[in-house]
Amino acid sequence: MEKRVIFKGWMLPALLLLPQIVITAIFFFYPAGQAIWQSMFVPDPFGLKTQFVGLGNFEYLLGDPYYRASFVTTAIFSGLVTVVSMGVALYLAILADRLIKGSGTYRTLLIWPYAVAPAVAGVLWMFMFNTRVGVVAWYLGLLGYDWNHVLDEAEAMGLVVVASSWGRISYNFLFFLAGLQAIPRSVIEAAAIDGAKFWTRFRTIVWPLLSPTTFFLLVVNVVYAFFETFGVIHTITAGGPQQATTILVYKVYSDGFVGQDLGSSAAQSVILLLLVGILTVIQFKFIERRVHY
Amino acid sequence: MATLTLDNVRKSFGATDVIHGVNIDVADGEFIVIVGPSGCGKSTLLRMVAGLEGITSGEIRIGDKRVNEAEPMERNIAMVFQNYALYPHMSVFDNMAYGLKIAKTPKDEIAARVAVAAKLLQLEPYLDRKPRELSGGQRQRVAMGRAIVRKPAVFLFDEPLSNLDAKLRVQMRLEIKQLQRELGVTSLYVTHDQVEAMTLADRMIVMNAGKADQIGKPLEVYENPQTEFVAGFIGSPATNFMPAGSVGVNVGKTVGIRPEHIQLTDSPTRLQARVAYCEALGAETLVHLRLPHGQLITVRQGGHLPLPSEGTDLWLGWHDAAMMVFGEDGKRI
Repeated sequence: MEKRVIFKGWMLPALLLLPQIVITAIFFFYPAGQAIWQSMFVPDPFGLKTQFVGLGNFEYLLGDPYYRASFVTTAIFSGLVTVVSMGVALYLAILADRLIKGSGTYRTLLIWPYAVAPAVAGVLWMFMFNTRVGVVAWYLGLLGYDWNHVLDEAEAMGLVVVASSWGRISYNFLFFLAGLQAIPRSVIEAAAIDGAKFWTRFRTIVWPLLSPTTFFLLVVNVVYAFFETFGVIHTITAGGPQQATTILVYKVYSDGFVGQDLGSSAAQSVILLLLVGILTVIQFKFIERRVHY
Repeated sequence: MATLTLDNVRKSFGATDVIHGVNIDVADGEFIVIVGPSGCGKSTLLRMVAGLEGITSGEIRIGDKRVNEAEPMERNIAMVFQNYALYPHMSVFDNMAYGLKIAKTPKDEIAARVAVAAKLLQLEPYLDRKPRELSGGQRQRVAMGRAIVRKPAVFLFDEPLSNLDAKLRVQMRLEIKQLQRELGVTSLYVTHDQVEAMTLADRMIVMNAGKADQIGKPLEVYENPQTEFVAGFIGSPATNFMPAGSVGVNVGKTVGIRPEHIQLTDSPTRLQARVAYCEALGAETLVHLRLPHGQLITVRQGGHLPLPSEGTDLWLGWHDAAMMVFGEDGKRI
């Protein structure tokens, strides 16, 4: 199957690799290097000169209760987003898998939210739940529930989790549906003849056979929750109330560009870089082992 | 162990009828093979017995109990699928034990039953392996083993040998037959391969377009086909069909003569034909001849006879008894 091409000189292979190397260098290595360099300086309040502090920024950050709280926030947020978006997507995919008539329409409708940019999704949800003009907030008010995510930390967290998960469900749904349809019908039928009811079949046959898909989605969704949810949080809560929704990547932005502490912001970027690297390694090392391919 | 009865069973998908009323009585321990071309509804019929397809009308009984409404698991059947349908993430042992575990069979009994099946199927060295680490024939055996351990009333086979290579197919065919004899379980076996049907069946059912054209012992069906379709489908090379008038028969529409019932001679007999080409297979030779109006006729003769050279004109002769006459409706007259 594998076709290997052998080049005679080094010019052509170098030329073919060049675009990728240039892109990686400009958009990854250069900014990452810049961040590492910057993380060792503290700028003065007017940004006129900087002072070298070595690992001082890191030392300060690790002792900072706000920064440590942001870790917990991030863990809760990304955990919830991953579980909600994958759980709902799996449920919908199971339903769609059993559907024969109208499955095309159903699928198309479910895929639409994926086309909505996170920031736009954030604005949509913000308007629905707006404490003064929001439709949902108003109906909740009629039911006697006083919705106010501007003041209530749990409500704020719930709202950004739902808004972040919403578009993500489409993406996960596509993969779960493809995964479910890749399981041979006869294997499920064999299990049915063997006496397994729907839930037993799901637990013992479908779920294990779906695990490569689930694992892939787990990695992708955690990374999504860490970084790409910035737009949602920025539009809905801007990290508040009381920093209750300030995840690490949002703190990088607010400390650096709002608080103008570029040294600390850069140090946080470096920590984030390491954290995601470690998470991915852990996921591939420990979880992948339990995946049946 | 049980009898299996299909009573005027019908199946429609919307307005399309795929099974037009099939009646079968399978005796206890009997091996029944359903044979037919693809699309004749044989697999659908088997899946209806398994409970994987609904029954539009009619009744299916397993051991005198109506099972139309029963779930697959309640019918006390086991099925071997064409693609084996093994659970890819489980070991051979777990594949075989799956049904027993769900039925909450005690652990030592599961181990004992799997051990017996594994011994019977020579799978003992592979119990810890995953299906992907097995050859096609071994996977087939695991699928059989999974069916055996549950001690079902009826075995259902859905073209179980069609994914194997020719040599293995012959070997597994014998093994299945032997196994069925040994266990004495009532079996329903679906195939499109007439050789499998002829060799395995106690009785065979030839299906054509959703109807059972003929039910009978393999040799009976071969020697005495009731319809034109059965005469053409069973037997290889296929029966030669000629218009009744062209061979001097005044009733019916077509006359079928099996290739081995035609003798080639130099002296005038019934029809003259020109040798188009010969296929010498060693033990026998297939001679293909062209009649004056262009139709091809196949003659099977012993391999010891001299090979007629291509282009020579020969005479075709046969006994009256060899002629199978069929009417306008395709039925035997």
